[in-house]
Amino acid sequence: MKQGIFSVKSLERLTNDVYKLVLSGDTSEIRAAGQFINIKIDGLFLRRPISVCDYNDRTVTVIFKVVGKGTEILSKAAENTEFDILTGLGNGYSLENAGDRPLLVGGGVGVPPLYNLCKKLLEKGCRPQVVLGFNQKSEVFLEDEFKALGVPVTVTTVLGDYGKKGFVTDALPKDYTYFYTCGPEPMLKAVYHSTNTSGELSFEERMGCGFGACMGCSCKTKYGSFRICKQGPVLLKEAVLW
Amino acid sequence: MVNTNVTLCGESLSNPIIPASGTFGYGREFSELYDLDILGTFSFKGTTLLPRFGNPTPRIAECPDGMLNSVGLQNPGVEKVLSEEIPNIRKIFRKKVMANVGGFSIEEYAAVVKKLSDVPEIGWFEVNISCPNVHSGGMSFGTDPRLAAEVTRAVKAETDKPVIMKLSPNVTDITAIAAACEKAGADGLSLINTLMGLRVNLRTKKPVLHNIKGGFSGPAIKPVALRMVYEVYETVGIPIVGMGGVQSAEDVVEFMLCGATAVGVGAQNLVDPYASKRIIEDLPRVMKKYNIQSLNEIIGGAHHG
Repeated sequence: MKQGIFSVKSLERLTNDVYKLVLSGDTSEIRAAGQFINIKIDGLFLRRPISVCDYNDRTVTVIFKVVGKGTEILSKAAENTEFDILTGLGNGYSLENAGDRPLLVGGGVGVPPLYNLCKKLLEKGCRPQVVLGFNQKSEVFLEDEFKALGVPVTVTTVLGDYGKKGFVTDALPKDYTYFYTCGPEPMLKAVYHSTNTSGELSFEERMGCGFGACMGCSCKTKYGSFRICKQGPVLLKEAVLW
Repeated sequence: MVNTNVTLCGESLSNPIIPASGTFGYGREFSELYDLDILGTFSFKGTTLLPRFGNPTPRIAECPDGMLNSVGLQNPGVEKVLSEEIPNIRKIFRKKVMANVGGFSIEEYAAVVKKLSDVPEIGWFEVNISCPNVHSGGMSFGTDPRLAAEVTRAVKAETDKPVIMKLSPNVTDITAIAAACEKAGADGLSLINTLMGLRVNLRTKKPVLHNIKGGFSGPAIKPVALRMVYEVYETVGIPIVGMGGVQSAEDVVEFMLCGATAVGVGAQNLVDPYASKRIIEDLPRVMKKYNIQSLNEIIGGAHHG
């Protein structure tokens, strides 16, 4: 973990309530896709944890949905606004067991961390395949960015006004070597039950500190209680109690 | 040179700063960030006889200038603390640690203290009779002077180390509990634990916390904590560890003027992992600014007469 000051490089509205924020600062602690950062926002007491969508040695990109006061303030941040941010939090996805044809399944604001993961898997020589689920056409984002990486992308919408109608589990390919997923818990559960390989699931929980001290975000696993912020947010399929 | 030394129940501290129980784990996470030996001491996570998961999540909520938690004494249990955490504390902290213990019966408090009593790394026991997040035990011992005294006596019988009783602010008269603990043999008091609070999510129209209610901490509670430290200082003769919303070296001085011998830093550690370090480093500057040569001399200075 590292504490640092980041400044807003750009802020872009992707859908009605989803924003892409690029922050400049010291990203040296970010080591894996699926990790998160914890942002201090003036006027609020607790930091706001947001998963990393992408990063390089100068910037980190996060994509977030406005769900409350914190994300609302972030969605209005002017260029060059400075934020005190903790980086390098959480375990992130492991590339080790991906195999040749890993499957990436994202839902809603669970999609962003899979983007950097997809890039890392491509660098490793894997051939990832991507399934992204949204409620409706107006909420779809990042599809073009995934396609630009040259990977097969299937989009599902619950309303059926774009892509394949249904849930992500209605569009899972037959052949894959491992899976990675992030999204709302009902989706994670459906993916868990619909997949026939091992895999990794990224969870969300209300956090106090984000670095393992307060025990606010604990969850029960097959291996005992885990802190989502420290031993997660990514859990192995084998650890999940479903 | 200013002097930041204080003496807490016969044990000397190089400064009065004590990261508060429940915000500092067993020191592991913070030892990766800075040298823990700069601290006066730290109070480790409330430890019970058996392992506890605590309450269901969500168990954290944002508040104006503070937070609610309903963690509910999650801890690995005293046996695992003895086998894994104490050996690690020995590696990361050369000073004596404060052992915070929780319980659901008088016997449990006594049993946990007994198991930890001979651990040389432990300098003080802090007995939590004020956890608002457990349905039996916990806070009920801290809201009844008779029960608070009984826990104090039971724990004192199991150890020669100083026993500090951690008091709840969720009472009509905290001085009555404080006096009962002192009379029962407590060596010190720490206050305040969190205040009972509640928040509602307007989208779901239900409480944010699964447990409905939780403990309110953070800078918003500081005036309440200062008032209680002030009142208890006028009632008892034993040292007080004051805490509640401490964010700065100025806050530390304010608590000491009200009567605290040492000062806990709680929720601030969670939003600023370097908070305790920053406060310690800033203390000499603040002491000079307010013409304080020795912290020991300002304890209770805000009281008349």
